[in-house]
Amino acid sequence: MGAAARFILRRKGGKGWHWTDIVTWVWLTGGLIIMFGPAVWLGFSSFKTPAALAEFPPSILPYVTSQATVEGYDKPLQLFNAKMPDGSTRVLAEVRRIGIMSQMVDPKAPGEIVRININDRQPVRTLSFATSNYTEPFVHFDFLRYLWNSVFVTVTATLITLVVNSMAAFALSKYEFRGRSAAMLIILATLMVPLSVIMVPLYSIISSLGLFNSLWGVILPTVATPTGVFILRQYMLTIPDELIDAARMDKASEWQIYWRIVLPLTAPALAVLAIFSVVWRWNDFLWPLIVLSRRELYTLQVGLSIYSGELNVQWHFILAMTVVTMIPVVLVFIFLQRFITTGIAGTGLK
Amino acid sequence: MGEIKLTDVKKSYGAVDVLKDINLHINDGEFVVFVGPSGCGKSTLLRTIAGLEKVTGGEIEIDGKRVNEVTAADRGLAMVFQSYALYPHMSVRQNLAFGLENSNMPKPEIAERIQEAARMLEIEPYLERRPGQLSGGQRQRVAIGRAIVRRPTAFLLDEPLSNLDAELRVSTRAELAALHARIGSTMIYVTHDQVEAMTLAHRIVVMRAGRIEQVGTPLELYNTPANRFVAGFIGAPHMNFLSGEVQEVETGSVTLVIGGGHRLTVPLADHKLRGHKLKAGEKLTVGIRPQHITLENNPGSLPVKVRLVEALGSETVIHADLNGEKLLAVVQGQKQIVPGDEVHFSLAGAPLHLFDQNGLRVKGA
Repeated sequence: MGAAARFILRRKGGKGWHWTDIVTWVWLTGGLIIMFGPAVWLGFSSFKTPAALAEFPPSILPYVTSQATVEGYDKPLQLFNAKMPDGSTRVLAEVRRIGIMSQMVDPKAPGEIVRININDRQPVRTLSFATSNYTEPFVHFDFLRYLWNSVFVTVTATLITLVVNSMAAFALSKYEFRGRSAAMLIILATLMVPLSVIMVPLYSIISSLGLFNSLWGVILPTVATPTGVFILRQYMLTIPDELIDAARMDKASEWQIYWRIVLPLTAPALAVLAIFSVVWRWNDFLWPLIVLSRRELYTLQVGLSIYSGELNVQWHFILAMTVVTMIPVVLVFIFLQRFITTGIAGTGLK
Repeated sequence: MGEIKLTDVKKSYGAVDVLKDINLHINDGEFVVFVGPSGCGKSTLLRTIAGLEKVTGGEIEIDGKRVNEVTAADRGLAMVFQSYALYPHMSVRQNLAFGLENSNMPKPEIAERIQEAARMLEIEPYLERRPGQLSGGQRQRVAIGRAIVRRPTAFLLDEPLSNLDAELRVSTRAELAALHARIGSTMIYVTHDQVEAMTLAHRIVVMRAGRIEQVGTPLELYNTPANRFVAGFIGAPHMNFLSGEVQEVETGSVTLVIGGGHRLTVPLADHKLRGHKLKAGEKLTVGIRPQHITLENNPGSLPVKVRLVEALGSETVIHADLNGEKLLAVVQGQKQIVPGDEVHFSLAGAPLHLFDQNGLRVKGA
């Protein structure tokens, strides 16, 4: 048994089971299912055909009911494992269903109709991944254009967020001035104002600035975030003031102190904020939906809603595209996660 | 050039006065040490000279020019910080170059100066490393190197040795003294360690509660402390103080009665005490350095009870009790004394210091 397995399986009760072991296992397993269940379901369901999605009870894995073309029938018929009255099991194709009885034929001998109770038959299912869920939207749906819009909004907004917020944080952490705490408090207080409250005034501002139907209209209102200022300020407070004094003695201008000393040392906190910002901007739905009304400007999240917006909801495409839209966010997490841990652990800067 | 003149320098944070009317003249090439207990304002004074703190009153002059309004960057001074304050994300070379790049120095000259400083401080092998990969002593050298490459008019050092272990501190202290001898620039050094002050300084500035208590060479401070505070601060272990009362004033000496009715005669060149004559019945404090006490039983020696004995091998520190007053003696060699013993402390021939009730030195004592 590897060290990892030993670590995971160790118990407080040693060989036996202490009650806390049981609680821990139930709690963690439950948590795992709650956290991972939907993601796993999404991943597998994105490969399901529309018919399989509509199936009840739902399954985790993408199954497809096998079909066979039977002589004398125009459409392919579904195959079932049917339990015969004599107890044997045969593979039959269903012709039609009347009440609780199903009329079936043997695909090899299509002449004879067999009546089977619907409880005595099980569909023949095989695992099949409907990759067309992924390939088709690239053809029919303007996926690349939406992707580009999303990437542009996310990258630009994140860069501006980092610069603007770190400047505010620098001033609020390294300069002594009257009302510094009050300014910080006011910035934090804006956390309590939800988007829905400021939506209308924000809309009129954007509209009067002529940013309606422009990606900049999506980017600019989001770049100043109280959370970002707070994270960066708290981190910058841990940077020793002596470093800044040393830089002043070294003839550094205030801009150089910010750009060459403080900013590189804030990298772990900047990474955390970058992750947050990327996730926020990538997943933004409501605000882009309001600002953007021309199709070619849609971001992915808004574009996805087209699938449910028209005559019917094409869940299989929505699920597949949801998976695609999740990929960048997951990648950002994978590559920047070490900064999150160092960001938490590295505050003991010497 | 590195002449620094402070005239009535004041600094206050709100209602708290940190520096009160500091007057000091530091000559070019001098090694001056500011010493005092923590919170006495010595670091603040250094930072006001550096320009990192603005004075609330008074005037700072460097080489005859008033610099109150000049920023830290333009005063031409370099500072070594207690925590070294090396930029952790830059290599040693970049750390040294940062200040020079900011003054738009041409690259070849920067490289040359770094090379020179690195050779002088023996940090050449570490130039490409980050401060985090260096030991405490190496970081300390880099911090000094960062000051040297600037070729400043004066070096300001804020407790630069306090983060080093005892052994390294002694060797670095010697190197620092050698460095000063070699460069010859003015150095202002802040410390709370009086041994550092004594060994390094040309002149020591003793500070307490935002005031300068005394300025003088190390031996001046040791031999003729201006007041009780300086007397107690300079010298280790610190000076013994016994309270006494003037019994008799004669020409050339004064006789005091100290605890337990013992009489002590202190030679006095001038028995005037800050303008007025010493009178019988006046309360005074006698100061005796522990090193000047001997273990002899002669007429006039003080019978004491031993509380604690610290045998250091070459010398023995005896903590004793004289009628409730603590008395410390440092005697040469190893002594067979245990706590509880009654011994005699002899003050014969010991320089005695007299302080009046305000703690000021009695002139002539």
